[in-house]
Amino acid sequence: MSQAPTPNAAAAAPAKRPAGRGRNTELPEHLKAYKGVAVFIEHDRGHVHSVSWELLGEARKLADILGCQVSAVLLGGPDEALEQFAAEAFTFGADKAHIMKDPILKGYRNEPFTKGMTDLINKYQPEIFLLGATSMGRDLAGSVATTLLTGLTADCTELRIDPASKALAATRPTFGGSLYCTIMTLAYRPQMATVRPRVMLMPKADPTRTTGQITYDTLGMVETDIVTKLLDFIADANSNKINLPYADVVVAGGKGMKNPENFKLLFELARVLGGEVGATRPCVQSGWVDAERQVGQTGKTIRPKLYIAAGISGAIQHRVGCEGSDVIVAINTDPNAPIFEFAHYGIIGNAMQVIPALTQAFSAHLALRSRQVA
Amino acid sequence: MHIVVCIKQVPDSAQIRVHPVTNTIMRQGVPAIVNPYDLFSLEEALRLKDKFGGRVTVLCMGPPQAEEALRKCISFGADDAVLVTDRSFAGADTLATSYALTAGVRQIAKEQAVDIIFTGKQTIDGDTAQVGPGIAKRLGIQLLTYVSRIVETDLENRTITVERRAEGGVQVLKTALPCLITMLENTNEMRFAGMPAMIHAAAYPVRKWNKEQAGVEDLEKIGLKGSPTVVSKVFGPSPRSEKVEILDLETSTLRDVSLNLLQKIFTRHPTLESDLLMKELS
Repeated sequence: MSQAPTPNAAAAAPAKRPAGRGRNTELPEHLKAYKGVAVFIEHDRGHVHSVSWELLGEARKLADILGCQVSAVLLGGPDEALEQFAAEAFTFGADKAHIMKDPILKGYRNEPFTKGMTDLINKYQPEIFLLGATSMGRDLAGSVATTLLTGLTADCTELRIDPASKALAATRPTFGGSLYCTIMTLAYRPQMATVRPRVMLMPKADPTRTTGQITYDTLGMVETDIVTKLLDFIADANSNKINLPYADVVVAGGKGMKNPENFKLLFELARVLGGEVGATRPCVQSGWVDAERQVGQTGKTIRPKLYIAAGISGAIQHRVGCEGSDVIVAINTDPNAPIFEFAHYGIIGNAMQVIPALTQAFSAHLALRSRQVA
Repeated sequence: MHIVVCIKQVPDSAQIRVHPVTNTIMRQGVPAIVNPYDLFSLEEALRLKDKFGGRVTVLCMGPPQAEEALRKCISFGADDAVLVTDRSFAGADTLATSYALTAGVRQIAKEQAVDIIFTGKQTIDGDTAQVGPGIAKRLGIQLLTYVSRIVETDLENRTITVERRAEGGVQVLKTALPCLITMLENTNEMRFAGMPAMIHAAAYPVRKWNKEQAGVEDLEKIGLKGSPTVVSKVFGPSPRSEKVEILDLETSTLRDVSLNLLQKIFTRHPTLESDLLMKELS
């Protein structure tokens, strides 16, 4: 609905302008006590979402600049392995873990999680609070920020500390990736931000760093207080599980593939490479492939080792979702397509001919090499 | 049943161009549309109205010209439209926007109690997905985001059961009315607006409320003043320093180009080949 900055503000804005024009940007005295960087550790059915570790990596860097501590925040049910998750969080850079255990917190629900999270923030007073921009993280972040009446910046692609103010300078794409803006929350705490999975690099775990301080707090709610009931969780069928953001190889197609039938060529190459198939937004909107396969600003952010883009022009909305890939190969009939501005290797040609040739070449090469290895 | 659908007028982001020197948005000729995500929520609201009867009111915060977006919603079948518009709302971030829209919802509810509020999942210009949760929290009502299906609406017991998209599956949640719902995209298809509906919409008197009429009480909470976030810098994406290496199909065969590309990829990413082989062997 709205966003920061507003279209009007961006339209009127020069490339740079003084921060905080026309309002209070001084941090009030009572908020100066807020210290440290907190990260919401998202977990569900026994697994921590990788985005939480990616955030801990960023949190560590920010905390080292600020000279403060990193805390991992874990909310969950009594039979969930929260201590184990906390130990893992220490290896990724957390100094402390705040655990809140209650049967009510088993399975995400907005109301109890918002209550628990805001209570913990009010008690431990972190200056920065980071969450993953997942369906859970976004649902929770908006509710917590409104309850605490503080600033929240969504889908950040870069987090830094502004040297002058020591405030969090959160950069995010806006207008579908056409522009970037850097947003700060100067007079409110905590400074909240969400980051999408795969936008930040996965930090290296330090296996020797397994201990830290753990605190326990209680939720203080009873189930009968809670209006929304979680009746069931219907897990996606295995065949529907598309883990695009974490695939090592992604072969993606755009409208240049001409029709959904031709996507079979991409699936074949992806199969040979043990990867996933991605697509642009227009292909998803035309119903050619599942929405889970969309790469880009309104789809998934990916950073595979190898990204092959076939018949994709490379609009900025697509670029922001894939430019972190290690190797980008673009196949397009149009030599002026913007995809060639950020690809490493390009083939100017018809994807319907090039893709089968690549499939053949990879398949033969891998078969030969695996015989040699065996 | 009374449903309020909050919408936003946005520039069609597919057609936005950025001025290469000044890095400002070139708005001339870019059409303003109803945020596409909002239409899935509007359609769902209209379906509930078809089933249970009642009214759908669309609510928007924006400049006077946002009236056009509301007319579009009337043409699809919304019964009433309210635009909260005031110069003092300018520069609002999501927190200040949710405050102004919440005030508008409360005013609308004075005329007729509201059962469900819908917002879009997010907008295509800001992409924050924060205003829906903000309104729900300010009103103190239950929040159901990323809803993929409304399973059951029980008006007698004032409950609603939905499927909500989560990582790796869907949650089945049951809650009490009133509540706020944001619909997932592609969950329904917006109906067609016929000619009589378009004529009706063109003449429909969209209600325009300034901040007093919208019931805004605290001027510190709207516009720039009510926005904790500060935009410190706006800039364009930086070009990649490395230039693309084109493998020429004119001077060599498709097979040679493919083999050449393979070697280049494996040289550039030394561990990729062994990773692929590991996968192949397992």
